[in-house]
Amino acid sequence: MNDVSHPPHTPHVRAHAFSVFYGAHEAVRKVTFDISRGNVTAIIGPSGCGKSTFLRAINRMNDLIPGCRAGGELVFDDCNIYDPQIDVVSLRQRIGMVFQKPNPFPKSIFDNVAYGPRLRGVSRRGELAEIVERSLIRAALWDEVKDRLHDNALRLSGGQQQRLCIARALAVDPEILLMDEPTSALDPRATTRIEDLIGELRGSYTIIIVTHNMQQAARVSDFTAFFYEGDLIEYGGTTDMFSRPQCKQTEDYITGRFG
Amino acid sequence: MQLHTRHVLDRAFTGLGYVATGVMAAALLVLLLPIFIKGAGAFVFRGTVEFRRFQFEHNGRGTRAALQRELALVSTARAPVYAMLDAAEQEIAAAPPARQRELKSALADLRDDMRVLLGPDPGQPAPVLLRGQYGQTRWDRARVKLHEVLFTETWDYSGPSGIGRKVYVPRSEEFEGLSVTSLFPYLEAHVTEMLRPHVTLYWRFLVDDSRDAHFFGGIMPEMLGTFYLTLGAILIAVPLGVLTAVYLTEYAREGMVVRFLRSCMSTLAGVPSIVFGLFGLAFFINTLQVSRSKSVLAGSLTLALLILPTVIRAAEEAIRAVPQAYREAALALGAGTWRTVYSVVLPAALPGILTGIVISMGRAAGETAPIIFTAAVSVGVPLKLWEVFSHPTPALSWNIYNLCTEHEAVDEIRHVQYGMVFVLVGLVLLLNLTAIVLRARIAKKLKA
Repeated sequence: MNDVSHPPHTPHVRAHAFSVFYGAHEAVRKVTFDISRGNVTAIIGPSGCGKSTFLRAINRMNDLIPGCRAGGELVFDDCNIYDPQIDVVSLRQRIGMVFQKPNPFPKSIFDNVAYGPRLRGVSRRGELAEIVERSLIRAALWDEVKDRLHDNALRLSGGQQQRLCIARALAVDPEILLMDEPTSALDPRATTRIEDLIGELRGSYTIIIVTHNMQQAARVSDFTAFFYEGDLIEYGGTTDMFSRPQCKQTEDYITGRFG
Repeated sequence: MQLHTRHVLDRAFTGLGYVATGVMAAALLVLLLPIFIKGAGAFVFRGTVEFRRFQFEHNGRGTRAALQRELALVSTARAPVYAMLDAAEQEIAAAPPARQRELKSALADLRDDMRVLLGPDPGQPAPVLLRGQYGQTRWDRARVKLHEVLFTETWDYSGPSGIGRKVYVPRSEEFEGLSVTSLFPYLEAHVTEMLRPHVTLYWRFLVDDSRDAHFFGGIMPEMLGTFYLTLGAILIAVPLGVLTAVYLTEYAREGMVVRFLRSCMSTLAGVPSIVFGLFGLAFFINTLQVSRSKSVLAGSLTLALLILPTVIRAAEEAIRAVPQAYREAALALGAGTWRTVYSVVLPAALPGILTGIVISMGRAAGETAPIIFTAAVSVGVPLKLWEVFSHPTPALSWNIYNLCTEHEAVDEIRHVQYGMVFVLVGLVLLLNLTAIVLRARIAKKLKA
């Protein structure tokens, strides 16, 4: 394993010898790196390299999978995410997630965005409306849906649905936004809009994005981590990594020799 | 060659499909058409003056003046009949003693049959039973009774085989030589004037109490009983069944216990309904003593047990069909499992759950065996809501059975029986229709 570079930024999430096991299989193997606050970090790697597993470990979505457990440390705000004392529910409110396939609830657009705030006990109509509007504006969807907030969300196009999911995640004011291949089910135009949106959100949120698309990683991210078979092979500034990869494997992957 | 064979097979299967659908449709038609036609006879029929008299005297329907006018017409038409009968008494008294006895009993029989047809003789005290106080209220029944007045039924054993054959002998033969023989042609010619049949729409059949063991009135107690029993069963079984389904799908880990539970449920679904009935009696009434004797509550509990497996199965399947992505989305927003279930999973599973509920409702409404020992009685009045905890009730399913097996005069009240079948089948069809509409509307809302 290579020596991991530590970017000169404030870390927001720190992985230290962090592993994830599915039963006996170690899907993520003792990775150690810091994720920078307020930047976009891309995780790339071939299928089955553990990048999604790592991403889902950050807000403990892996808990749903029977037989899945974690080892080592994953520190967020000075506490270990896998500490048994930690409140998973509030953790997930601070670390939002956007999934590969747009998954709005079969409810109205308004109710989709208001779902998170309602969970946190916001029930005043005016306050909710304000949050919904703010979140939809931030997700660059407001202008398209402001006249039909009470339409079913499933009537939106795929790209709009994905931006709605981003708005839904933003509505609870998370600190970190996890994105698991958020554009893989979308057409190129919708993809561009999401990428633009990621650019706009940079700075306000720490964004960690898993992607299969090397160009996308190069376009949207400040830092890139390359995973291969559960190991973190290389981690560094995106520009550096794509122009001067340190490892042979990284170079092979980003030039498309395998993956 | 192979392609050709495939085409032939495809066609054959399509044909089989059409045939099967056709047979099903025909069977449904054969089953439902007579029910609807005969059942409609409880609501639309030719009612006689006796029907209108009953309606006025017991329910205050119609006007006194109209009834009086009609009764006057009728008694004018009937007067010669009674005059002829009275004349017959005189003639018999004068007849030779050897024949007197025979004639007297024949005349008494004739008078009895006449009372059944037209009601009590004028001027005589009213009999105790309601059915004795009125003549035939329905024209179709009156025609049958008229035949019984005109002919006596005897058995002819003269054939070579020695096996009896039913023959109808004109009654006038019994009174040979007496003037009363002219009564029969008169009766035949003037019976419409004596009973005045009119086409009647009796929609209150649905909401009237039954009188004198269904000889008169409607089926309100039965309908209300079925309504209470079904509603009670649903109120008990649905929360229980849905919660069980949620537990099995969202909380329980697949293992020995869950597998055991599941096989228990399948077994429960296969238990004959009469066993549920006996169990209900033994457990709810004798052991738990939810009521001192049969009650709607005990019946509802028993029916709830009966439909529980269906509800659980339907709810489980509906919940499993909810995309995992919805759950993930809710959990990622910080919802707990229970919150995810009731705010996302259950609303999305609602159409499927509803279908299960309505199918179960149809089942609960139609089941007879479970309520025989726990809730049903053959005669009763409509229950008040608070009486369901302690009182038994008549119910459509049980009373259909009861009317066609245990009633003292099955033939007299066939129309009531068909009316009940009609209402029960209509009720179940209506329920299913509601389910289809409801399901379509919710599904449309869910699917944009």
